[in-house]
Amino acid sequence: MIQSPDLPLWAAIIVGIFVLLGASITLIGALGLIRLNSFYERVHPPTLGPTLGTICILVASITCFSTLQSRPIVHELLIGLFVTMTTPVTLMLLARAAVYRDRKEGSPDVPQE
Amino acid sequence: MNWPILALAITAAQVLLGLAMGCAVYRVFRGPRAQDRVLGLDALYLSGMLLLLTYGIQTGRTLFFEAALVIALLGFAGTVALAKFLMRGEVIE
Repeated sequence: MIQSPDLPLWAAIIVGIFVLLGASITLIGALGLIRLNSFYERVHPPTLGPTLGTICILVASITCFSTLQSRPIVHELLIGLFVTMTTPVTLMLLARAAVYRDRKEGSPDVPQE
Repeated sequence: MNWPILALAITAAQVLLGLAMGCAVYRVFRGPRAQDRVLGLDALYLSGMLLLLTYGIQTGRTLFFEAALVIALLGFAGTVALAKFLMRGEVIE
């Protein structure tokens, strides 16, 4: 399904660049999820997608819909605000749970206090 | 005006996001311990949300935006519940 919205040239350039940038950054984060070795290293790379990747794609989306409907559309900021605020909370909870489980089992690769 | 290079860029971005979802699925299936699987699930729903946003840009319809918002809300609740379960062994105590 190859199609594109009807945009003027400047908006098409902005949308294309930011969509590609956001998708590439998210892919880099996901590749880090595969390549790194221990869990405490793997917690870090997935934060690339929710912050920079989401912001780039949301900028593209805001530009696209604002141009299409010729008035400012900013409700995409809701997703940005929500994702940027919740990702640190979830990952910190997950890391604390992992530390708790590893200390309970006496695993050797736990970070020291 | 219709720009084929823009259609190509959006499709390429969708392929990249699909690859990112594939990496997350690999971590969900492979992950040596439970917290690795939860981490993979977190990355998976975020990539899926971004994929829905690119579909919204491609078709010019705002329907996909609401689906992405729902995925962001429910994915947060799911990951927090799973992390709580890993920590305490039960979700609601």
